[in-house]
Amino acid sequence: MKKYVSFFAVGIFFGIVLTKAEIISWYRIQEMFLFDSFHMYGVIGSAVVLGIIGTAIIKKKQLKSIQGKTISFTPKKQSIPRYLFGGVLFGLGWAMVGACPGPIYTLIGYGYSVIIVVLLGSVAGTWAYGLLRSKLPH
Amino acid sequence: MLTELSQVWPWYVAGPLIALTMFILLYLGKNFGVSSTLRTTCSALGAGKTSEFFRFDWKGQAWNLTFVAGAMVGGFIAAQWLADPEPIQLAESTVAHLQSLGIENPGAEYLPDSIFSWEALFTPRGLLMLLGGGFLVGFGTRYAGGCTSGHAISGLSNLQWPSLVAVIGFFIGGLTMTYFILPWLLS
Repeated sequence: MKKYVSFFAVGIFFGIVLTKAEIISWYRIQEMFLFDSFHMYGVIGSAVVLGIIGTAIIKKKQLKSIQGKTISFTPKKQSIPRYLFGGVLFGLGWAMVGACPGPIYTLIGYGYSVIIVVLLGSVAGTWAYGLLRSKLPH
Repeated sequence: MLTELSQVWPWYVAGPLIALTMFILLYLGKNFGVSSTLRTTCSALGAGKTSEFFRFDWKGQAWNLTFVAGAMVGGFIAAQWLADPEPIQLAESTVAHLQSLGIENPGAEYLPDSIFSWEALFTPRGLLMLLGGGFLVGFGTRYAGGCTSGHAISGLSNLQWPSLVAVIGFFIGGLTMTYFILPWLLS
C-alpha cells in the first residue's frame, strides 16, 4: 500500500507539470507541429538532455533502486517497421487530439470530461492492435 | 508562492521536472511509460480472452494505473488551485492559422470548444476526431511499443535508436495531420 502512495504522488506531480507547462493543450501541440514556437521542443529537448546525462550516470555508477537492486535498462528490440508504422499512426492521433496518453489522463482530471471518449478510443485502439498483431509487420 | 506557481511554467522548468519524474520512477524500480496503462486496462477488462497479447499479470502493472490516476488528480489540483486566468500565449502565426481554419479565440482555454465538447461529440467530425483520434493514439503507441514518455523521453535518454525511429514516425504522422488532414477536416 505504501508503495502505491508514492506512485500516486509522483503521478500528481507529473499531472501538475503537464498542466502548468500547457503540455496538455491541443493548441501547444498544433504550435509545435507548425514549428511556430520553441516551447514544446524545449520541454522535450531539455528532458531528453538531462535524461541522457542521468541515465549514463546511473549505468556508470551502477546506482541502486529503493529495493536495493541495480537499476537496469531493457534495450528496445531492433526493427524498423513497427517503430515507423506505429509511430506514424500515433503521430496522426497525437496531432488530431492534441494529446498523448499522459495528457489524456490529466485533461480528464482538469475537467474536460469529454476526453473520456478519447481515452475509450485509445483503449479500443490498443485492443484492436492486440487482435491484429500477428498480421502486422514488426 | 501560489501566484507564482499559477503562472505558466517555462520549458526549462517543465523539461527537467519531466526528467525528474522518470528518475523517481527508476529509483522506485519502474520504467516511465504511460501508454502501457492502455494495455493493462484492456487486460483488466478481459481482453485476455480475445488475444494472447493481453494474457499477462496485469495486477503487476497496478503501480502504473496508480501513477496515471495521480496524473488525473494532478490536473484537478492544477485546475482548482493553480489556474492561470491568462490565455495561452501562442505564437501569432499559430493563432492566425487556426483562425483561418475557423477556430475562435485560439488559446482562450486549453482546448477548442468547437471540437472538444459533448455537443461537438455528436457531430460526424467531433466523433471522428475524439474517438478516431483516440483509436490512432492507442493503436499506434502499442504498435510502436511506446508513446512520448516511453520512446521520446525514456528511449532517447537510453540512446535507443528504435526510439529515434519511433519519434521520426511521430513527426511524419503529426505533420501529415497538421498540414494536410486537419485543414481539410476543420474547414
